[in-house]
Amino acid sequence: MTHTQAPTRRAKSAPPQRNEKLKLRRAESRAGYAFLLPWLLGFFVLTAGPMIASLYLSFTNYNLFEAPKWIGVDNYVNLLSDERFIQSVKVTLTYVVFGTPTKLLAALAIAMLLNSKRRGQGFYRSAFYVPSLIGASVSIAIVWKAMFGDAGPVDQFLSFFGIGLGGWVGNPNMTMPMMILLTVWQFGAPMIIFLAGLKQVPAELYEAAEMDGAGWGRKFASITWPMLSPVIFFNLLMETINAFQVFASAFIISGGTGGPAGSTMFYTLYLYLRGFGDFRMGYASAMAWLLLIVIGIITLIFFKTSDKWVHYSGDEK
Amino acid sequence: MGRSLKTLAFHGVSLILIAVVLYPAVWMIASSFKPSSEIVGNAAIWSENFSFDNFIKAMDGIGGISTLQFFGNSLFLAVASVIGVVFSSTLTAYAFTRINFPGRKFFFTMMVMTLLLPFHVIIIPQYIVFQQVGLVDTYVPLLLGKFLGAEAFFVFLMVQFMRNLPKELDEAARIDGAGHIRIFCSIMLPLMKPSIITASIFAFIWSWNDFLGPLLYLNTPDKYPLPLALRLFVDQTQSSDYGAMIAMSVLALLPVLLFFLIFQRHIVEGVSTQGLKG
Repeated sequence: MTHTQAPTRRAKSAPPQRNEKLKLRRAESRAGYAFLLPWLLGFFVLTAGPMIASLYLSFTNYNLFEAPKWIGVDNYVNLLSDERFIQSVKVTLTYVVFGTPTKLLAALAIAMLLNSKRRGQGFYRSAFYVPSLIGASVSIAIVWKAMFGDAGPVDQFLSFFGIGLGGWVGNPNMTMPMMILLTVWQFGAPMIIFLAGLKQVPAELYEAAEMDGAGWGRKFASITWPMLSPVIFFNLLMETINAFQVFASAFIISGGTGGPAGSTMFYTLYLYLRGFGDFRMGYASAMAWLLLIVIGIITLIFFKTSDKWVHYSGDEK
Repeated sequence: MGRSLKTLAFHGVSLILIAVVLYPAVWMIASSFKPSSEIVGNAAIWSENFSFDNFIKAMDGIGGISTLQFFGNSLFLAVASVIGVVFSSTLTAYAFTRINFPGRKFFFTMMVMTLLLPFHVIIIPQYIVFQQVGLVDTYVPLLLGKFLGAEAFFVFLMVQFMRNLPKELDEAARIDGAGHIRIFCSIMLPLMKPSIITASIFAFIWSWNDFLGPLLYLNTPDKYPLPLALRLFVDQTQSSDYGAMIAMSVLALLPVLLFFLIFQRHIVEGVSTQGLKG
């Protein structure tokens, strides 16, 4: 508005145009919210609203037919002495702690094997990805159950080597290895993400290291691992969060019971049984919120420790 | 010489690994053609008694409902999901990337946070709401979220893509007097084609394989999509009749595998650039 400003700018901020500008901004706001309307509705009605509602319900006794009854923190306290709940925590943590790193190691190893300019790489990549596409389906759960059942192909194969274990499905000690094999089998999706990351590592780095006489292990520790750390971080976070939520395969393999002997009683399965089997909605809500808090804490730990081991190279992003 | 030997070793190792990894899938397909008595107690793939008997049995369906009906239900849900996801995610992404309005940053942060939200936290209240308004045992609870952008992954995918489209295009159109609706429909949508295809493929596959949603909301068998029908089939058939069970499993996976053969490049690209899970 001072005289030193360029004439065009002064013209723009003159009173009539200023009104125009305000009008324009209002129109922009209206357009913005109009376009955002479906998402906003979904956010409030299907996400934020239900989240608050489930927090409230977690402090009540609610069976869907009578009004919710406020009981304070009783649900949370009762969880601590619920043996089936503790079992579900154990099962799920075992699955997450052993399954996720194994899956990612397999993904990384095979991504490194495939990361070359040889022909056929595209075919191999696609073939390895197929299990990720179908692995979480009911169909594969049925096939897994048949494969690991009494006298199924896995038992046949192992018996050939003299390691007769019988059916894995009915053996409480073997169901966890079976479930972990099912998730490791789906290493293709993180493998593809690792491959994309490996392609970003400049070849000159390896060439320079080779000139300095670095061996395979040294190259991996000083180049591949740090250069790949953002991708490792992403995969580890996503796979961990997903592993907490495994449901369909455990449901089908155990016939919805979490058996034998509670060995496939995954957290989400128990939540389902409590909420939709016994209609203990308040209790199940408390479980849901505990899950949310645990996943939130894990995410936070991941991000807080990331500056110690995740390296973002300066020229990218 | 050393080089070609290395190449040979590379292909050798890769092929062995693929044989191991794909064994369950191959065993499943082979078993679907075998009599049940040969499925259990037999790790071999080949059989002399291959036949279509299992498929004929599987097509009969369960409880008087033919498998074709379940196929139709799955297809309807998947196609409606694709439409809903494309509709809501493109609109939302346009608002987030192309329009300046107060609250944009806040809602964008909220959207990103919902990316990591476990589905199980909201299913109970969602179920209660749908139950109160009498929409349980309809497809509404399974589809509403898709039309309202509740699957943040797709919104995020579109935002990432739209951000990379040059702003000069819509600015030029604005100077020519085009409004947001015009710009969205005639400039952005055509340019978004690659990401719309990616989102459609994943929306289809995820809906096709979804088990928990239908398990919660559908009660009458003639509304069941394939995964639920499969579960019913398993419950009702004696567990010794693996043949028909596996044949039906193969039928249920067929569209997904077909999709993969056709859209392989899009799927692999979607995974590697967006971190979409399978």
